[in-house]
This record gives sequence, structure tokens and C-alpha cells, in this order.
Amino acid sequence: MSATTQLAPEAPRSDEIARSLTGGSMARSRRFRNTTASVMMVVAFLVAAVPLAVMGAQVFSQGIDAVTSGSWWTSPIPETGRADLAGSEQMQDLGFGDSTSSATQSAGDVVLGMAPAIVGTLLTVLGASLLAIPLGIMGAVYLHEYGKTGRLAKLIRFMTDVMTGVPSVIMGVFIYTVWVLPRGIDGRSAFAASLALACLMLPIVVRSTEEMLRLVPDNLREASAALGTRTWKTTIKVVLPAAVAGITSGSLLAVARAAGETAPVVFVIGFVKTTNWSFMGANTTLSAQIYSQQQNGGELSTQLAWGAALTLVALVLVLTVVARAISRRFSTQ
Amino acid sequence: MDATEQSVKPQDPSIMAARPLTDSPVEPSAAPAAGVSLMGATTTADGPAQELLPVVFQVKDLDVYYGDHKAVHDVNMSIRRNEISAFIGPSGCGKTTVLRCFNRMNDLIAGARVDGDIEYHGVNLYDPKVNPTEVRRRIGMVFQKPNPFPKSIYDNIAYGPRIAGIKKKADLDEIVERSLQRAALWDEVKDRLKASALGMSGGQQQRLCIARAVAVNPEVILMDEPCSALDPIATGRIEDLMLEIKSEYTIVIVTHNMQQAARVSDATAFFSTEVNPESDFRSGLLVEMDRTNTIFSNPSDTRTENYITGRFG
Repeated sequence: MSATTQLAPEAPRSDEIARSLTGGSMARSRRFRNTTASVMMVVAFLVAAVPLAVMGAQVFSQGIDAVTSGSWWTSPIPETGRADLAGSEQMQDLGFGDSTSSATQSAGDVVLGMAPAIVGTLLTVLGASLLAIPLGIMGAVYLHEYGKTGRLAKLIRFMTDVMTGVPSVIMGVFIYTVWVLPRGIDGRSAFAASLALACLMLPIVVRSTEEMLRLVPDNLREASAALGTRTWKTTIKVVLPAAVAGITSGSLLAVARAAGETAPVVFVIGFVKTTNWSFMGANTTLSAQIYSQQQNGGELSTQLAWGAALTLVALVLVLTVVARAISRRFSTQ
Repeated sequence: MDATEQSVKPQDPSIMAARPLTDSPVEPSAAPAAGVSLMGATTTADGPAQELLPVVFQVKDLDVYYGDHKAVHDVNMSIRRNEISAFIGPSGCGKTTVLRCFNRMNDLIAGARVDGDIEYHGVNLYDPKVNPTEVRRRIGMVFQKPNPFPKSIYDNIAYGPRIAGIKKKADLDEIVERSLQRAALWDEVKDRLKASALGMSGGQQQRLCIARAVAVNPEVILMDEPCSALDPIATGRIEDLMLEIKSEYTIVIVTHNMQQAARVSDATAFFSTEVNPESDFRSGLLVEMDRTNTIFSNPSDTRTENYITGRFG
């Protein structure tokens, strides 16, 4: 009893508890800080989103005429030398025109087209994906399922990180040196561009896949091993299926990255204005077209460059959406 | 530390007293021994007819290391066929570590190393010539946390047989049904075999894991605290299941629940920890292993008695 009477005055009274829970200046300052932080987050979002929106709007408005010209997806890339001088009505309508050179060629004569670059982009990216994705997934499986923290695995992991940081132009120079130069002028091809892009994609695929394998719980591996399953079979039957959504979306993001690369491509792919469906022989891509048309200058070239830019953005957007859809579909299973 | 040797000798009086001999011509009426009523459990009353069944595992001077740290030392024991052997003891005493040596699951842990012998039908499991995959096919395991694959119920059960090379659908169908029936799960899931195993309750998932282990037809099933994540009703079902299937399998179970060991097991091993005064490292050891009745009524080591009477741990 005496203990109770001693303790009683020290215990907080319930009205004090109520006040500390609901009111006081503390609460007001906390509310202020909360509001400030919220506002700052919205501002930060706008700072990030506005340039993206402006860029998107610019590419769209400049490129949409070319892309919707009907012949864009099917026709060869037009010769730009003469058209530059034409200063045709169509060019003036687009805001590019100068009226100095009068009509050696009418607007209707210029058939806008980008089919060779679209085909070339799909070819090079397909080739690079076939080279880099299987190799990258196998590399990640080695790192996470076999090498673990061994010396070789640590070395590979380190070199992969270094490779991620190598500027993409270096990959282009590298492939130019080891693949294109020994073959002379015939060395420039979609395949050479695929090699350069694969070098670029490989470290991305390895690291993103390894992250996804890390997310697969170890107790699934144990469950499989306890049934008398070898590690490689556990990997194929349990680990990779459990990680397939993440691996797919990681790989597709690497594909999207490769599709937009310019530097490694322009060194090694050559230049064509007609569609080449083969991995061999000179080719061209959207990114290479953006670069070279811009370099070329002149109204028609500029229009072609904007059109190629819009096409490329759309292509990458589609790939990203597909990656999202695939990962959502797998993860809800 | 010769508890193992004691329990092997059939003439050991403590065993004879504690263990009912249902078809022994000697003193049949003395069978319901004191130990049974003390334990408050009767499951051993209708235990196997034969007193001591053949040894499946003979463990000799087993030490397990994680890196430089000796996790468990000086384990000597025998595990007998068609019995349920329980490992009890406080946390960190190495029960699970020893259990995972029986099917070489510790191989999967980096830095784990084993000294001593575990003889399984006379073959040392840690002989370099032994194929650990084959060991695990014969010695299945059920884990503490239910770990079904993110696949359908059917594919979970069929996984092991498929790995073993069974491809015909009719054979797989039969194995799936038989395994689920053995795990007392068939009636609950027979209409939704294609549904994901992750949609089942925890207790169902654990029975699915038992069915999955049974599907590859192992000789031994190791259970690592299989009921620790389950409520008492689900626990009761798993225990009933263990008693039902022990006629066909040898079961070794790690449990934190002494009542569970008393209810289901035929033999019990008590592990404890000791602190090395020099290095301050805790290390586990086997205190004694004996018939469950003896361990719970008349243990030969005071540490065992202190633990089971709740004076420590």
C-alpha cells in the first residue's frame, strides 16, 4: 500500500497526457515542417517533370509532320543535298523556308522516309539483345548462384561495374578497332553496331539480373535442394521463373538504352539511304540519322532529324510500356 | 556422453520400465509406465511392437563449424528406423545445425564444415565420394517456415518426381494424389490443384511441404521446427500426420516445444549450450539422448532435468 501512495504523485495525470497527445506548440511546428516538406517535394517533381514535358512537346511538334507524311515508315531516306537548296513551299510552311532559291524542285517531289533507319535500329537492337541478354543472364546466374562471394565472382562483379561506367563512345571505338578495321570498308555493318551495343548492354543486364536473383528467397532454393535437385536445375526450374518478371523488365530497359545510343553506332555502321535487311553490309539507325542529318544541316535534313527523333522516342516508349506490362503480368501470377 | 550407448542396450532397466512392450511375453501389464502419466501424453503407449528398431543414422564425434566458430561439438547418437526422434534444447544449442547435417543442407551455407562421421546405412555421408544430391533425395526435409514454390499445388508436389525423371501424366497424377492423401490434404485441395500454393493457409502450406517431401519417396524426413509458425490446431494436425506416417518413414524433428517432443517422439535428444570461458563463444553440445519416456521421467543428466522441469532456459 505504501508503495502505491508513494508512486501516485509521480505518475502523469490523464489531462496532461491528453494535452501532450493533441496540442501544444510542438504540434504546430511539426505541421509547418510537414507542409514545407510536402511543398518542396511537389516543386522538385515539377522541376524534374517540366523539362521532360517541354522536350516531349518539342520533339512531337517538330517531328509529327514528317512521321505522319504517309511514306515515313516505308520509303527510303531522301537525298537531302538538292532539297536543302529548294526552299520549297512545304519547307516554308514548316517555318524553315528561305525564299532565295526558287523551285528547282517542288514540295511534292520530296518523299519523306525513314524506313532504312527504322529497319536498321530494329536489326541492331535485335542483334545486340541476342548477344547480350542470354550472356548477361548466364553471367548473373554464375555470380549469384555459383560464384557468390568467391574471388572470381568479386573480380567479375567489379569489372562489370567498371564496364557500366565506360563511355559508350569507347565501345564504338573498341569495336571499330577489333571488328571494322580488319575487314576494311565491308566491316561496317549492323552486326558491328550490334557488337558495340551488346558491350554496352551486357553490364546492365548482368547487374539488374543479379539484383533480381537476390530477391528470390533462399528458402525456395533450400526447398528445391532438399528434394534432391542439383543447383543448375534449381536455377532453371525455381529461381529463374521466380525472377522472370524483374529480369525481363531489366533486360528491356537495357534494350531501350541501346536503341537510343548514337556514339557507338555511327563509328561502325556506315551509311545507307536504302533499306538493308541484312546484318552484313552498311546500314543506318534512327540515332545515327538524327546525328548525321543534324550535321548535314538544311531544312530537309532538319525535318528528317526531328522525325527520326520522334520515331525513336516512340519506339523506346513502346519498349518501356511493354517492359512494365510484362513485369506486372508475371508478378500478379 | 555415452547416453547413446546406453539407449542401445535393450537390457537397460530404465528403458524397459519406461517403454511399454505390447507383445513382449515379459511383464505385459507393467507396460503403462510411470513416465507416460508424468508426461501427460499417451502416444507412445501404442508404439512399435519391437523394442529397438534398426539404426538408420549412427553419429560419431560430430563437430560442426561455421568458419572458425565451433557451433556444435561431440555429438554421438543413433537414429532408429520408423521412429520419431526429437531434438530439444534452448536456442543456439545447435539442434538445427545437427539436423541439417543429416541431409548435407549445411553444404549450402558458406563456411560450414563438419568433423566426425554420420553413418547412414554404414556409409559416411561426408565421404568425398558421396553425392549430396542423392543424399537429399533419400533424406527429405520440412522447414521451419512453410516454403511452397510459387507454383500451383499440383506442380509443387510433382516437382520432385519430375526432377527424378517421371514424365508420364498418369504417374504424376497418382503420385500427387497419394502424397496429398498421405499429408491429409487431399480432401481440402482436390478441387483446386491448379490454384497457387501461395493462396493456402499456413497450416495447409506446411502440410503441402510435407506432401512434397513425401512425393519423392524418401526414407527419412527431417523436420526443422515444422510447427513453430502454426497455431495449435494446425500443429495438432501435423503431429497426427507424423504419427500416421512414421510406420513408413524415419522422422527426426527439431522442436522448441517440449510437450510436442513428449507427445510424438520415441527418442529424445537434449542439446544445451556451454560458454567457453576463454573465448566467450557459445557452443552447442549433445547432453544426452534416450527414450523419450526416460528423458522426461528419469533423465540421467541434471542439466536435462533442470531444462525439462523449467528451472532453466
